[in-house]
Amino acid sequence: MSRYEAVIGLEVHVELKTETKIFCGCSTEFGQAPNTQVCPVCLGLPGSTGVLNKKVAELAARAGLALNCKIGAYTWFDRKNYYYPDLPKGFQISQVFRPIAYQGYLDIEVDGREKRINITRAHIEEDPGKLIHASGSIMTSRSSFVDYNRSGMPLIEIVSEPELRSGAEAKAYLEKLKAILEYTGVSDVKMEQGSLRCDANVSVRPVGTAALGTKTEIKNMNSFRAVQRAIECEVDRQIDVLEEGDSVVQETRAWDENKGITMSMRNKENPDYRCFIEQEVSPIELSDEWIKDLRATIPELPDARRKRLVAEHGLPDYDAGVITSSLALAEFFDATLEKFPEAKKISNWIMGELLRLLNARGMELSQSKITPAGLASLLELIEKGSISNKIGKEVFETMFEEGQEPAQIVKEKGLSQISDEGQLTRIIAEVIAKNPKSVEDFQAGKEKAIGFLVGQVMKATRGQANPGVVNTMLREKLAE
Amino acid sequence: MQVSEKDVEQLAFLSRLDLTAEDKAVYTKSLNAILDYLAMLKKLDTAAVEPAAHVLPIKNVFREDKLRQSLDREQVLANAAEVGEGAFVVPRIV
Amino acid sequence: MKLLTLSVHQLGELMERKEFSSEELTRVHLERISQVEDEIKAFVTVTEEAALAQARAVDQKRARGEELSLLAGIPMAITDNICTDGVKTTCASRILYNFVPPYDAEAAARLKGAGAVLMGKCSMDEFSIGPAEEKSGFFSARTPFAPEAAPGGSSGGAAAVAAGEAAFTLGSDTAGSLRQPAAFCGVIGLKPTYGRVSRYGLISYASSLDQIGPFARDMADLALILNTICGHDAKDSTSAAVAGPDFKKSLINDVKGLKIGLPKEYLANTEPRAAVKIWEAAAQLEELGAVCEEVSMPHTEYALPAHYIISSAEASSNLARYDGVRYGLRVDADDVLNMFSKTRGQGFGDQVKTRIMLGTHVLSAANYDDYYVKALQVRTLIKQEFARTFEKFDCLLTPASSTIAGQSRKETDGPLAAYWSKACNIPVNLAGVPAMSLPFGLVEGLPVGLQFIAPHFGEEILLRVGYTLQQNTEQTRLKPGLAC
Repeated sequence: MSRYEAVIGLEVHVELKTETKIFCGCSTEFGQAPNTQVCPVCLGLPGSTGVLNKKVAELAARAGLALNCKIGAYTWFDRKNYYYPDLPKGFQISQVFRPIAYQGYLDIEVDGREKRINITRAHIEEDPGKLIHASGSIMTSRSSFVDYNRSGMPLIEIVSEPELRSGAEAKAYLEKLKAILEYTGVSDVKMEQGSLRCDANVSVRPVGTAALGTKTEIKNMNSFRAVQRAIECEVDRQIDVLEEGDSVVQETRAWDENKGITMSMRNKENPDYRCFIEQEVSPIELSDEWIKDLRATIPELPDARRKRLVAEHGLPDYDAGVITSSLALAEFFDATLEKFPEAKKISNWIMGELLRLLNARGMELSQSKITPAGLASLLELIEKGSISNKIGKEVFETMFEEGQEPAQIVKEKGLSQISDEGQLTRIIAEVIAKNPKSVEDFQAGKEKAIGFLVGQVMKATRGQANPGVVNTMLREKLAE
Repeated sequence: MQVSEKDVEQLAFLSRLDLTAEDKAVYTKSLNAILDYLAMLKKLDTAAVEPAAHVLPIKNVFREDKLRQSLDREQVLANAAEVGEGAFVVPRIV
Repeated sequence: MKLLTLSVHQLGELMERKEFSSEELTRVHLERISQVEDEIKAFVTVTEEAALAQARAVDQKRARGEELSLLAGIPMAITDNICTDGVKTTCASRILYNFVPPYDAEAAARLKGAGAVLMGKCSMDEFSIGPAEEKSGFFSARTPFAPEAAPGGSSGGAAAVAAGEAAFTLGSDTAGSLRQPAAFCGVIGLKPTYGRVSRYGLISYASSLDQIGPFARDMADLALILNTICGHDAKDSTSAAVAGPDFKKSLINDVKGLKIGLPKEYLANTEPRAAVKIWEAAAQLEELGAVCEEVSMPHTEYALPAHYIISSAEASSNLARYDGVRYGLRVDADDVLNMFSKTRGQGFGDQVKTRIMLGTHVLSAANYDDYYVKALQVRTLIKQEFARTFEKFDCLLTPASSTIAGQSRKETDGPLAAYWSKACNIPVNLAGVPAMSLPFGLVEGLPVGLQFIAPHFGEEILLRVGYTLQQNTEQTRLKPGLAC
C-alpha cells in the first residue's frame, strides 16, 4: 500500500455541436483547407464585433443541467488576456466570473464501487486557431503556420473538483462525461477530431493528510486510455520526486504517448490572465421558463437507461452498463431488440463481436456497416439452426465490413449449416472408418474421444455441420 | 503605490512591448506620475457600491445558428506580413 | 468658394435643382483639400479616384431620376479608426500603417448607402489615445482658427468640416474626441447614447466608452446624419434594440419650460474665459424661456481617474491583437516572442505604450480590486448621479472643453495634460449618455463650445436646444478666417 494518495482534477474542453461558430456565421465543419472558414470576427480584424450564437447558450445550459449543475440566471463573458499566435485577438472570450453552470456532479463506478465526483463549473468559451509546425514538432520548427478555421469554435470547459484518486477513476469520469454529452446532443465528443480534449491537474500527498501537494498540469493526451496512463505515470513520478527528498515543481507537462512519460514544457511565464468583463458581447439572462424548456430537451441519461435495461429486459447490470456507455450502442441495442426479442443474446453479440471489431479497427459504431435489422436477422438464422454460432461470427464480420444481408452472405459463401442427415451419415461413416483408435477409446468408456470425432466431422464439413446433430448421430452410430 | 523599473520590465513583458533601458526609466517615471494621480480614488469610500459591469442593461443579444459566407482566403491573408500554404507564417515558437 | 461653407441641406437642394453635379462638388472639395491640407492636416488618406467615381455614380442616378437621399453626392470624410472597405484604415498608428479592411463599418456603410461620397480618412490621435507622432509619419490636425499653434483635440474630422474639406464627417468619442475638437474648430459634434450607433467596424480603444458620432455645420444636417446612422444593428451586441426616431422632428425652435442644469463642478475647473461664455449662453436660454439652474454633481472629480483606469484596462486588451501575424506592421525576429515585442515596441507611440502598460498594471491580479474594481464602482456612482440629476433636469449645460483652443500640449505637461482638458467630456462616456458640443462665439479669436448632456436616448432634447440656439444667435455659426 502506497504511503501517498493522488489528487486529480480534470479540465475537459468540449466542442459544442453547432453549425456555426460562437460569435460569427462561419462553419464549424472539421477538416477543411486552412483559413477558408474565417471572417473578420473570428480573424479578430480591427473593428469587428461578434454576436453570440443562441444555440451555444442553449447547449451549454443543457450540458449543465445534465451534469446536475446549478444554472446561472444572469451570466456574462470575460476576457482572458494572453499572447499566442493562434489567438487572433490577444485574448480569449470566456466566462471567468459568472459561469453559465456550476456546482454539479456525476457518478462513476470503478471496480464495482460507486463514487460521486463533483463538478466545479462548466463555462462557455471560444477556441483559438491551430498551429501547424513546419517540421512537425513545436520544439524543432523554425517557423509555424497558423490556421484560424478553429478560431471561434464554441466550447464548454467542464472543471471537476480534485476528487479523483487514480488514473482509472479519471478514465471512468471521462467515459461517463462523454456518454452524458453524447446523450444530450451537446457535442460529437470525438477525441480524435479534437471535439473533446482533456488536461489533468495532478498532485500527490501523504495518505491521511488534507493539505494539497504542488500540482502539475498534464496536457497532450489523445485518448481516455492515454489520460489514465499519463496520470498513473505522473503520480509515480511525483512520488519518486518526494521520496528522493525533492519537491514537485508547479509546471505544465506534456504526455509523450510513445515514450510513456510526461515531460516538462518549460513554460516559465507566470500566467496572470488579467481577466475582466467582456463589453462587446451581451450577458445572458436565463429565465426560469427558458431553463424549464431546456430541461425538457434532456433525454433519458445513461444511468437511467442502464437501470431500465436491467429492470425491463433482465440484462445483467454489467451488460447494461457497457451498452449504455454510448448512446449509439444503446440505440443500436434498442433497435435490434424491436426485431429480435432476446435481450441477453443481443447484448452478448454487442459486447462480444461488435465491440471487439470496433476496438480492433479503432472505429465508431457509425463507421461500421452493421445495422440493428442485420444483427436481428443474423440472430434469427442462428436461432433457426440455419447456421452455427461460429459461422454466425464469420457472417457478422462480413456484415460489419460490407453491410450485406446475413442470409445473402450465407448463401453466397455457401455457409448454410448441413443438417441433411443423408450427407452427414456419409461423412460420419468416413470419419469412423478413418479413426478406429478413437472409436475404440470411446467404446472403452473414454467420453473425451467423442469430442475429437465431432471435431473431425466439423473439419470435414468446413464447420457447416450442426455440432449438436453431429454429436447425436455419432453416438447413435457408435452405439450400433 | 509606485512601480519600480523591474515592475515596468514585467509589465512590458506581459504587454509584449520591447523597451530599451532608457525607455524603462522614462515609463517608470510617467507611470508613477499617473499612479500618484489615480491614488485620489482612495479617498472615496465605495465599499457598499456595486461595480458597473455593463454600460447599458442590454442582455440576450443572440444570432441564430445560421451559416454566413466566410471571406475568400485571398482576402483573409491579404494584410499579412508573411503567408505560406494558405496560412499565416510565424517564426519559431519555442 | 461659397460651396465650402454650405450645409448638407443647402448643397443637396442645389444639386436636386441641378445647379451643379456631385462630381463638380467633389472636385471643388478635392481642390480645397490640396490647397489647405499642408496647414490643416485633417486627412491621412485622400481617396480622390474613388470619390470621383462615387460622385459620378450618384450623378447618373440623379440623371435617371432615381429618388435620392439628401446625403447623395455630398462629400464626407471618416475618421481613420472607422473601417472602410478597400480603403486603408490606420488609427494613425504605425502598427496599422498598411491595413486595408475587407469590410465597411456599419455607420460608414449606411452613409455610403445613402450616397454620401467618401473623400478620405481623417487624422486622429493614435488609437484616439495619444498625440500622433511625427516619427510615425502621422500628425495631429490643426484648427483652422489657429493653424500655427492649436492642435484640434484628437480628430481631424472637426478640422475638415471647419476648413471646408468635407461637408460633414464621422468620428468617434471615448473621452470627448467628438466634442472637444468640435469646440476648438467651431463646428457641431455629437456623441450619441452608447448603443445608439453601431460600433461594428469602429476599431476599439475602450469598448465600453467608444461611440461613433458626426461632426456637422448645422442642426438640420446633424438630424439628417443621425437619421442615417442610428438604429439597431444585429452585427453589434452593444447596439441597443431601440428604433432611431425621426430626428428632424426635434428641430423645434422652442425651449420654453425646459429645465437646464448647470453642474457647478464642471464650471469650477474650466478656463475662466470659457466659463464666462457658458453663463452668457444660460442667460440667452433663459431669455428664450428655459429655466437654468445650478446643480451639484459631487462625484465629477472622480470621473477622470476612473475613466483613465477603465479606458487603459480596455485598451491594453483591445490593442493586444496587433502582434504582426495577421495584419499591420511586423518587425522580424527569430522567434515569436521577440517578433511580438519588437513589432509592438516599434509600432505603438509612447502614449499608447504608457496606456497599455498602465492597463496591464491595473488588471493584474494584485491590483485588480484597488484600481479596476474601484473604477467600476466610481462608474456606478457617476451613472447614479446623472440619473438623479436628470430626474430634475431635461438636460445639462457645461463647457465643451475645460480649456480653449490654442493651449498647445507641451511635453512637460506630462501624460495627463491632454486628459485634464477633457474633464467636462469624460463623465458623459462613463455614464453612456449623449452629449453635444455646439459653437458659441469666440474668445480672443478662438472658438468656444457649449456642451449639452441629455439622459440615455435623449438626443432629441439636444437637437431641440441646439436648433433653438442656432435660430436665435449667430454665435452658434462660426466661420474660420482661412483665406478661401
